[in-house]
Amino acid sequence: MLKDITIGQYFPGTSPIHRLDPRMKIVLTVAYIILLFTAQNAVGLAVGVLFLVLVYGISKIPPVMILRSLKPVVPIIVFTSVLNMFFIDGRVLFQWWILKLTAEGVKTAVFMSVRIVCLIAGTSLLTYTTSPIALTDGIERLCNPLKRFKLPVHELAMMMTIALRFIPTLIEETDKIMSAQKARGADLESGGLMQRARALIPILIPLFVSAFRRADELALAMECRCYRGGEGRTRMKQLKIHPRDVWSAVFVGACLVFIVLSNLYGARVLEQLGLLLRSV
Amino acid sequence: MEDIISAERVVFGYPKEDNQLNIVLRGVSLTIPEGQFVAVLGHNGSGKSTLAKHFNAILVPNEGKVTVCGIDTTDENKLYDIRQQVGMVFQNPDNQIVATIVEEDVAFGPENMGVDPAEIRRRVDESLSDVGMTEYRTHAPHQLSGGQKQRIAIAGIIAMRPRCIVLDEPTAMLDPKGRREVLSVIKRLNRENGITVVLITHYMEEAAQAERVVVMNDGELLFDAPPREVFSHVRELKEVGLDVPQATELCWQLRQAGVDLPGGILTEAEAVAAISDALRKKGVGAR
Repeated sequence: MLKDITIGQYFPGTSPIHRLDPRMKIVLTVAYIILLFTAQNAVGLAVGVLFLVLVYGISKIPPVMILRSLKPVVPIIVFTSVLNMFFIDGRVLFQWWILKLTAEGVKTAVFMSVRIVCLIAGTSLLTYTTSPIALTDGIERLCNPLKRFKLPVHELAMMMTIALRFIPTLIEETDKIMSAQKARGADLESGGLMQRARALIPILIPLFVSAFRRADELALAMECRCYRGGEGRTRMKQLKIHPRDVWSAVFVGACLVFIVLSNLYGARVLEQLGLLLRSV
Repeated sequence: MEDIISAERVVFGYPKEDNQLNIVLRGVSLTIPEGQFVAVLGHNGSGKSTLAKHFNAILVPNEGKVTVCGIDTTDENKLYDIRQQVGMVFQNPDNQIVATIVEEDVAFGPENMGVDPAEIRRRVDESLSDVGMTEYRTHAPHQLSGGQKQRIAIAGIIAMRPRCIVLDEPTAMLDPKGRREVLSVIKRLNRENGITVVLITHYMEEAAQAERVVVMNDGELLFDAPPREVFSHVRELKEVGLDVPQATELCWQLRQAGVDLPGGILTEAEAVAAISDALRKKGVGAR
């Protein structure tokens, strides 16, 4: 059972979204977050939601996954919505004791909730469609210019890679140690919280010892394979920007421009439309 | 033929707490010509792993001298030239795989050396096919068996195009099937690619397949000869806590008991032939 654990929440696939350059995907995800917070009116937010529906559709990620990724943020959404609804001043819709439900409050609450939902669903899509290794690679290459400010970009990426590599190994090891301790009569399942925490000590100590020993051996093996940091290192996999990357960037850019325009002129356009309709 | 590795009267000790040295190698001299398949035998603590670590400058001798492809291992500027020429494979395959995807891991060595991307691709494909793991190239290492992981580790080394591979008990943690897979890969690399192989092991059956067997005991060379000759010293090997291959052991026991058998038998097939010969001579029909 431990053999088939997946790291992160990657959903392997071959959709155009999966095949986008990881760097582009990271940049576009950031752009999407900006887009969500630039949107000031219902039209802008609707664009954000439609965009999400479209992209999830193309990526063929089951929509159930959106619900799963939203589960941990539900309490936050509920909490902020309630606060917004009752504590923002404005036109009172309903009053009971000291609680006032205002129209402005409801509007802010709805906007906020939609934004958070889109934010979580949008960023989850990045991790659903990009393998951890591609993600690390993308981050490393995007951060490359930061090397000039003495940020150890390569070292951080290498640490990420090694961590990802050893998670399954260490989980397997934990399983083995647990079995070994159980065979010696360790009781891991009963007792109060404190007792159970204490029962973990004989598992954690051997695990740490072995992790350090592994680190030592790995360092030696890496040195034997001529590893000496990021300098002078080449990469087998070269990332290339394909036309589909350019087109997706153009599309996100267009959405962003549309939202900015609707913020600036939206009200006036609606007014004009209203006048036009009335004159007809 | 040119010598890949030559060690001259190497003395080495690990530092102890009281600034004394815990001497592990007591003046070992050994030369390994290019293309040879050498097995190094010895029980635990005989210094065989320590000796192996001198072959790619992980350790440098306290006294004496080690040269690898004509480079003195104490020359720190040439450290990575040495490591590229002499690759090293360790016991635990899990602790030498760096990347989360098989082919990325094989590429790790050449990437460190700054090889051109297209050339790395070519080397990775070649190395994976050399160890018979091409179909697993996009797998994650933790999905593979021990023998497969060890073959990936070997592929990662040969992608650096070394002239020599030193394997430090590469089969110690594997099941019999994994052990067979790894050993056949090692033998093929030696035979077909002409890579010099130094195999540190404590399995006598593995050592018997080498061209030359070096036996270490207490930091010194005890024997250095072809396997047939080394394994004919059954008594001496037993005295230093080593075994001989099963077939050799059987024939030796039979000879002790007075059966007329030739010495220096290594494999099961040879033992079967020799014993049925002996039986025939005694007039017992053997099928």
